[in-house]
Amino acid sequence: MAGSIFDHLQEEVQDIIGRYPVKRSALLPLLNLAQREEGYVSEEAMKAIAALLDLTPPQVYETVTFYTMFNLKPIGKFHVQVCKSLMCALVGSDDVIEWIREKLGIRVGQTTDDGLFTLSVVECLGSCATGPMMQINDDYYERLTKETVCRILDELKQQGDCPLKSGPFMVPEPTS
Amino acid sequence: MDPGSDGTTKLMASKYEKILLKNMEQPGYTGSLQDYEKAGGYQALRKVLGGIPPDEVIDIVKRSGLRGRGGAGFPTGVKWGFIPKDHPGPRFLCCNADESEPGTFKDRQLMERDPHQVLEGMIITCYAIRASLAYIYIRGEFRLAAKILERAIREARAAGYLGSRILGSELDVQIHVHAGAGAYICGEETALLESLEGKRGLPRFKPPFPATHGLYQKPTVVNNVETLANIPHIIMRGAEWYASIGSPPKSTGTRVFCLSGHVKRPGNYELPMGTTFRELIFEHGGGMRGEKPLKAFIPGGASAPFLTPDHLDVKMDFESVAMAGSMLGSGGVTVMEEGTSMVWAALRLMEFFYHESCGKCTPCREGSSWLVQILQRIWQGEGRMSDLDLLVDLCKNIEGRTVCAFGDAEVAPILSTLRYWRSEYEELIARAEASRSSKKELPVVA
Ligand SMILES: Cc1cc2nc3c(=O)[nH]c(=O)nc-3n(C[C@H](O)[C@H](O)[C@H](O)COP(=O)(O)O)c2cc1C
Repeated sequence: MAGSIFDHLQEEVQDIIGRYPVKRSALLPLLNLAQREEGYVSEEAMKAIAALLDLTPPQVYETVTFYTMFNLKPIGKFHVQVCKSLMCALVGSDDVIEWIREKLGIRVGQTTDDGLFTLSVVECLGSCATGPMMQINDDYYERLTKETVCRILDELKQQGDCPLKSGPFMVPEPTS
Repeated sequence: MDPGSDGTTKLMASKYEKILLKNMEQPGYTGSLQDYEKAGGYQALRKVLGGIPPDEVIDIVKRSGLRGRGGAGFPTGVKWGFIPKDHPGPRFLCCNADESEPGTFKDRQLMERDPHQVLEGMIITCYAIRASLAYIYIRGEFRLAAKILERAIREARAAGYLGSRILGSELDVQIHVHAGAGAYICGEETALLESLEGKRGLPRFKPPFPATHGLYQKPTVVNNVETLANIPHIIMRGAEWYASIGSPPKSTGTRVFCLSGHVKRPGNYELPMGTTFRELIFEHGGGMRGEKPLKAFIPGGASAPFLTPDHLDVKMDFESVAMAGSMLGSGGVTVMEEGTSMVWAALRLMEFFYHESCGKCTPCREGSSWLVQILQRIWQGEGRMSDLDLLVDLCKNIEGRTVCAFGDAEVAPILSTLRYWRSEYEELIARAEASRSSKKELPVVA
């Protein structure tokens, strides 16, 4: 596709399509790829994917809108998603949401003026023994306290990364 | 017993032999291929390729009594046996790694800490059902687990455990990781298949079942991560060994129970089926986190009806929990202390179900919205006594009237909290009614 966002990703795109006996199965993986590249799923990306998979743009759109992880509009560089389901709520997730709102000066669903942070509240992320927790882009941050929440947001802003993110998960932790 | 000063909880010795968590609990175990092989990994694959015919593998799994760990508890070997033997075309295996049931976080640990255990289980399953293409449908949020699995797949391929002519045999198996994009319903096996086909994740009518009409309408087995991780052990140590663990004959083996909520040591505990809730919560979990006693617990993920302190001695096996009026479900046990409002807890879970209803069936799509609104007004002090009958009436019109089991799940928190803690609802409403009559009464719109 001329001028498509996938131009520089031809190999990866072909690899993804090659995993399935039916092309349409590559739809979610390609949408995930598009979002990874652009931060959201643009109309251009949807059209390009439709062409790659022999689908109509409405078929792509119909699918995209079912899945909550796809952003159809640009969002902040860091997407802060706090789990609010019962298990996290029992151990203080509502406080976490308050701390972040205070710290960033935004409400749930908003993006900071500098375009760095978007705050969302989401349902269970599979980390109920290590709540309260949040996901920021690809990474989980667990057992949050007011101090760690502030530190994480500060370090992401300053360095673009924070060592407090979770590694391979295990609770209780192994002894060494 | 107390959480460490760094806020973590450290592993303690257990009186039971672990099966699935054994490797990862060894100090320094990384889950790499090398570590897995050193711990005896891929021996089970060698064993079946060395001369156990596929049908015999299915028979071994049947005799082991292994039942699905995804929620429904269907006998695994029996499910595999439904794959038509004479079907000429392709057949598929899907590993269900969607793990989105609130209160459940075991598959994440199994995948991130010992990915080859899952892969070996999948390869043996492919051999048994004669599939050569398998997918791991993993929830989109689990980016780390997906990366770890992809790395493990590359390792296994390079070592000849995956790909064509595995270990010099006739067996060809490819495994791909397929990430979802945020939809609880895609854990339901037919919604998972729709999603894997690149569509909206709407459950299909059953029958036909995936065993005959699954992915691309071809014979397909869908199994949970934990179910598949058990397979290599059953092959290595035998059906009889596995069947002797737990609560035979109906609930055999161990389960990784996910303990969360107001306990000292929340976490994943692998225990024999049939261990009591009391032992899980008070022994392994270290008991309640503070002074307050236990008030309620959810025994099997958000879809399972709440239970009370009177149920602490119920055994954690499929039958016993069902007898107690709930279900073992996904193995997620959530503990709540005295002082937790049950109306609030039901509301939180109902918000989840409302958010996740896929919209296919009218009773669930419309009903979930009504239920959440009614609970909200009760919780916010605007309820009426007639709301309680209305809640029950709505629940009864959802339960059993939807294409998938989501409908039964979403009414569980409400019906069970109403059953055991009805007075909490009544008190909130009575207070609301009192404050309304003391003000100038506004007409309440239906
Ligand atoms: C609403 C709903 C959500 C489900 N979510 C999951 C899930 O996240 N993971 C899972 O393994 N099974 C889930 N299941 C169960 C699957 O439909 C299916 O029974 C299971 O994957 C079969 O594997 P097993 O026999 O190994 O348990 C869900 C079922 C329903 C009705």
